[in-house]
Amino acid sequence: MAQLIDDDPRIIEFDVRTDEMLVNMGPQHPSTHGVLRLVLRTDGEIVSEVEPHIGYLHRCAEKIGENLTARQWIPYTDRMDYLAAMNMNLGWSLAVEKLMQYQVSERARHLRVLIAEMGRIASHLVGMGAYGLDLGTFSPFLYAFREREKILDLFEEACGARLTYSYITVGGLTADLPPGWLRKCEEFLDQFEPVIQEYHALLTTNAIFVKRTAAIGVMSPELAIEYGCSGPVLRGSGVDQDMRRDGESIYTAMYDGYAFEVAVMKNGHYPRDHAYPPVPSDTVIGDCWHRFFVRMLEVVQSMDLVRQAIDRYSACKGPLGEPVKLTEKIPAGDAYLETECPKGQMGFYLVSDGSAIPWRVRARSSSFSNLAVTHELCRGCLIADVPAIVGSLDIVMGEIDR
Amino acid sequence: MRGPGFLEQLEHALPGAVSGSRLDALDPWIEVNPERVVDVCRWLREKSEVRFDALECITAIDWFEPDPKKAAKVTWQPHTELVYHLWSTASRVSIVLKVKLPRWKGDVPGQLPEVASVSGVWRGANWHEREVYDLSGVMFTGHPDLRRILCPEDWEGYPLRKDYEQPVEYHGIRGR
Repeated sequence: MAQLIDDDPRIIEFDVRTDEMLVNMGPQHPSTHGVLRLVLRTDGEIVSEVEPHIGYLHRCAEKIGENLTARQWIPYTDRMDYLAAMNMNLGWSLAVEKLMQYQVSERARHLRVLIAEMGRIASHLVGMGAYGLDLGTFSPFLYAFREREKILDLFEEACGARLTYSYITVGGLTADLPPGWLRKCEEFLDQFEPVIQEYHALLTTNAIFVKRTAAIGVMSPELAIEYGCSGPVLRGSGVDQDMRRDGESIYTAMYDGYAFEVAVMKNGHYPRDHAYPPVPSDTVIGDCWHRFFVRMLEVVQSMDLVRQAIDRYSACKGPLGEPVKLTEKIPAGDAYLETECPKGQMGFYLVSDGSAIPWRVRARSSSFSNLAVTHELCRGCLIADVPAIVGSLDIVMGEIDR
Repeated sequence: MRGPGFLEQLEHALPGAVSGSRLDALDPWIEVNPERVVDVCRWLREKSEVRFDALECITAIDWFEPDPKKAAKVTWQPHTELVYHLWSTASRVSIVLKVKLPRWKGDVPGQLPEVASVSGVWRGANWHEREVYDLSGVMFTGHPDLRRILCPEDWEGYPLRKDYEQPVEYHGIRGR
């Protein structure tokens, strides 16, 4: 540690020991992605300890779930990760279907892939734009929201809502796509593809951005696994795990026949990395830059999956099928299922006593586990690096506090 | 893998720690004696063939029916059940641990049931155990920092218990 401090040119006050100071960040700090309060113990500019305080958005959604039927709880899953509500609906629906041993129609399956991957793009756009905002650049935020707006327009046309969709539900989806939707979606993808280069120019290769994120908040794969981190946070540390490929069969069956490569660095290379700007030489695997870059790669990967889903969905002539009854009884037993949401592995656990209303529901939040690691990452960093590290975890408080 | 050999190895390594199992369930589970939770977790993480290196989630289920009419019909005795979901990153398999605790320690209402903390096995367990303590009222002995995490520090009661009653008033805010 002493060696590290000696070598670090940023630390100029090495032998000047100042009084410790407690600094409150939040709960209304703009760069905390919602109502998160961080208490920093600082020595000058150096943070010696970070303690996150959460719970400002707590609604005890799990208790509410014990008073509603499984399908009635869908709108509450919307309000967990409100930036990727489609993926939340999907996670809960699949968990219930797992316990019911229910299989949706082929057409519903492809439509779910289509919608879930569009949701992933929308969520990663916010993650990327807001991350720029955390680091003091405003333009990427506007560029990202410009494109996200088009996805929301498409979602609005499909299900009537722009934020809390409740579109994917137990037993399928609430409605089929309106006529002409697929054409609009393809138009969006064609228009969106070249825009990604803009993002790379604005952030990924931007010298200031690289300086702020490279070798900051380095997380070893062991640390990430021990804390139960998942999603881009885990893959940014070089752990090759994606529930869409490695998860349980009810979930991976949804992606059967789809071609995609998990966005993770293997042997020093990202998949298809010739198509992207080169990885800056001063970054280290597991730092903020890599977590950000994995998200950027997943946007392209999701676009690919959406295109495949459009082809398969339009080739499917069978019926979409009706969702289960609102008061459908669930067989007694319990089931746990994790799905790959944009923020990480979101798990839903359902215990049923055989009636329509679950005995216990549980939401295992990916952001909760991802945030729990903050105090390890922030130890010894500069105050200005704290927003960079917390932002790179891409947390959403609605899901942490539930 | 998790086949029959897995259970025998566990029983051989830690005799008497496992009190029941269903490896053919939707999510294969083993029931662990409350006193041996840490031993079993450490064995699963460090010694077993499949290294369960990630703790995904801890859930507490309150098996209690407050309605006396319905309570007469249930087949189980009131208890609190802890459910640990473990995952192996290398082998990509999961296992579920179930631990049965009394609802109250020594059946004295207000005395929280106790179980040893596994935060020494996975550091990530720290927050999960705080959440279970906060919402379901289970005391984790040996936990480094057991405080409420989602509810305010002066909150009373454990909301996810079936007999929880919402407060009438909290700092001048009407509760119900």
